[in-house]
Amino acid sequence: MSATSSTILNLPDQRTASLPKRSYLNNEDGLLSWLLTGDHKRIAILYLISITIFFFIGGAFAGLIRLELLTPQPDLVASDTYNKLFSMHGIIMVFLFLVPSVPATLGNFLIPIMLGTRDLAFPKINLLSWYLYWVGGIFIMTALVLGGVDTGWTFTTPLSTHYLNTHVVTAALGIFIAGFSSIFTGLNFIVTIHRMRAPGMTWFRMPLFVWSHYAASILMVLGTPVLAITLTLVALERTIGIGVFDPTKGGDPLLFQHLFWFYSHPAVYIMILPGMGVISEIVSTFSRKRVFGYTAVAFSSVAIALFGFFVWAHHMFIMGVSNYSALVFSLLTMLVAVPSAIKIFNWAFTLQKGSITFETPMLYAFGFMGLFTIGGMTGVFLGALGMDIHLTETYFIVAHFHFVMVGGMLMAFLSGIHFWWPKMTGRMYPESLSKLAAVTTFIGFNLTFLPQFVLGYLGMPRRYHAYPPEFQVLNVLSTAGATVLGVGYVLPLLYLAWSLKYGPIAGNNPWQATGLEWQIQSPPLTENFIEIPVVDYEAYDYEWLAKKMEQEVTTVG
Amino acid sequence: MDNTIVATTSSTEAAVEEHVHVSLPQHRHHFETEEQQREAGTFGMWLFLLTEIMFFGGMFFAYLLYRNWYYDAFVVGSNQLSIPLGGTNTAILITSGFFMALAVWAAEVRKKGLLLLFLVLTTVFGFVFLGIKYVEYHEKWELHHIPGAHFDVSQFVNPKAYGLKEEPLAPDMAQKVQIYFSLYFAMTGMHALHMIIGVCILFWLMWRTQRGDFTSGYVAPIENFALYWHFVDIVWLFLFPLLYLINRHPI
Amino acid sequence: MSEHHDASNITNPEHAQHHVVTPKVYGIVFATLLFFTWLTVYAAFKDLGILNPVIALAIASTKAVIVILFFMHVKFQSKLIKMTVACGFFTFLVLITMTLSDYMSRAWGLW
Repeated sequence: MSATSSTILNLPDQRTASLPKRSYLNNEDGLLSWLLTGDHKRIAILYLISITIFFFIGGAFAGLIRLELLTPQPDLVASDTYNKLFSMHGIIMVFLFLVPSVPATLGNFLIPIMLGTRDLAFPKINLLSWYLYWVGGIFIMTALVLGGVDTGWTFTTPLSTHYLNTHVVTAALGIFIAGFSSIFTGLNFIVTIHRMRAPGMTWFRMPLFVWSHYAASILMVLGTPVLAITLTLVALERTIGIGVFDPTKGGDPLLFQHLFWFYSHPAVYIMILPGMGVISEIVSTFSRKRVFGYTAVAFSSVAIALFGFFVWAHHMFIMGVSNYSALVFSLLTMLVAVPSAIKIFNWAFTLQKGSITFETPMLYAFGFMGLFTIGGMTGVFLGALGMDIHLTETYFIVAHFHFVMVGGMLMAFLSGIHFWWPKMTGRMYPESLSKLAAVTTFIGFNLTFLPQFVLGYLGMPRRYHAYPPEFQVLNVLSTAGATVLGVGYVLPLLYLAWSLKYGPIAGNNPWQATGLEWQIQSPPLTENFIEIPVVDYEAYDYEWLAKKMEQEVTTVG
Repeated sequence: MDNTIVATTSSTEAAVEEHVHVSLPQHRHHFETEEQQREAGTFGMWLFLLTEIMFFGGMFFAYLLYRNWYYDAFVVGSNQLSIPLGGTNTAILITSGFFMALAVWAAEVRKKGLLLLFLVLTTVFGFVFLGIKYVEYHEKWELHHIPGAHFDVSQFVNPKAYGLKEEPLAPDMAQKVQIYFSLYFAMTGMHALHMIIGVCILFWLMWRTQRGDFTSGYVAPIENFALYWHFVDIVWLFLFPLLYLINRHPI
Repeated sequence: MSEHHDASNITNPEHAQHHVVTPKVYGIVFATLLFFTWLTVYAAFKDLGILNPVIALAIASTKAVIVILFFMHVKFQSKLIKMTVACGFFTFLVLITMTLSDYMSRAWGLW
């Protein structure tokens, strides 16, 4: 271990290293062994491939949107088509990419290993969850192919129930089914974390990655069903005209929004919390220091989950809620920002006096911390009732949520993928190319979305494909940035695939990280552990790790 | 949750105590002990029931809102329902739940015949419930009380013409009766759908009981299904007073 | 299976015994539920003003609690299960009350 090198990467000697003979990847052969697997690791890989496919489909829609917005005139696509573009972009990115991204891939793969157990509580339900994801995805793609849905991903009534004849019901059905995929994942995690930890693995010895997933899982289980009933009611309204959202029959369209946002606000925490869990792991490993204020970070995850249920009407300030109600929700929104900020502070204090190195996962993590801070702070601006009146439904909102979701969550996802890639595949990705991709992504992202804050503040409405000519410069900057961003996202697809065959062998613990997943072979055995570990040390205990590695035999003879 | 059962008649399958490491064939190997497996199963089932609470919760809120906005219409709508049928159905569902609870007991004390009997009784009462519901729905169909294009408010605007003793409603309030029936059909329909799914699962459980799967110490599917069945029962326990008993006292 | 020594007793920290509820208890619960059903119908026919819906909900809630505690065994389960049930109803109540806070404070005069 060289203390003076600029990397903590410690690969085994490549002349003698080889992949383990037996691992979860080669334990069984054949397509059916993958399609009928109960192994959480295989399911994680299945999910990884699936969400990548949908990510690029959603990204293609983003590309078309930005292409249209190069010019002030609505000249690329018809208005209806533009509505369909941003609706499908939102639906695919939210429900088919962001919600399952970290939990279904990294969470599925790592949580049992991090807890020291052999699998999740319900492996068959895990597999069912993946199949439901695909059924939901196919329904959504069917809606797309049949002509698309143009309600926006928010399905606002009465537009979605009365004024459109697009494929709302098909898309809603797809989201309903994908929602159950999410519920089952969360249910599995909660039971596993409560009841299947290894001996000695107390709650406060778990990695913070697990805490974040626990909080997100609670949101999945309690919030998603409300989305399910909401979409069911929209479908019933469209098909048999029940009238619960129809003013002519005495219904209230705003009831839809209450029920929709009751899920969709916690949904944003479902999306971000697992990413925050990843960042905790990355920041600790690449500063060689335990996470500052472990308890605070752990509790802040649960606090975000709890408070996240109390703030949904901040999406509805201008929609007709009472002033009194808007004030209450505005105040509560201020409170929900506090636990997120606590995490940022704790990561910053983890970095302080740490031995920081800048491998790719850490680059993404730094990107996350900066961009999520901006995104989060603009969220607080929007939570202030007075500001929101002016900024809502403008590009300010679009910029805000892309900062937290893309600058935040997607960067955290990529950070995690790179960090655990050697564990999942046994091979290391090419570091210089990955650093290039990370920097490209960061530059592209800022170029895309910073101008959108200005656009929103100047008054450009969202979901419009025509705009006043004075906004063109900023839009062109944004589209240019999107192109760079696209390159930044395609690069990992290419070099990660390349690394599967040509990447250097990684060994058990290339990052010299703490955590049970780094104590086993890469890729892991199907049963994870030959012997269930007994845990008698705290999380992020680098002294324990140093002592253990001193005693380890790494060479033969 | 395990379908690959090998029906063994090993003599070592004594009562499973904590210190005897005899595995049931249904023991799943990622669990260390069967107690862990059972606890995890019950916990998982409860988490699923939480999703059901939130699922029905949205409709209960819609009901709460519109009952307050359109109270008069809801009163009239509620009075269209039959208390004898609804009350009987409530008793039937409670009885069905009683038999399901007894089924769990029978599985725990390993009495296969009794278990099968109680499962059959649970199913029979479940069917009776659904049958009565069908009768009620059919009556609503005939009276044009089903929301949609054929909804007919004339009975509410002019009850005397139909020989009814109620107060007439103003036409716009009479239109709101449609919202009452929308919620009635949505909520009881969703409930009935859950019952139908439950009855299907009951048939599967009865088949497995016949094979002897649940009377040798492995009771988890019976226990966890019972949780589901009781939950569906609880939803009805709220639906009955909320839908059938709005302002039933004479004027 | 394996010789599993669970030192800190992670898998069942509360040693919740597997309690078998007897048919007698179920019988009492059954009778109670039928009684409350009769009671709620009886109360519906009495004019108690604002108390009618309150009593109806109170009776329904009591029945639900009895079913949860005895038919669903929650009375004899671990603290985790009890907490889980409570969380479910808590979240439901958050949905109801906070959405209601909007509707009740609107100046439409409908409430």
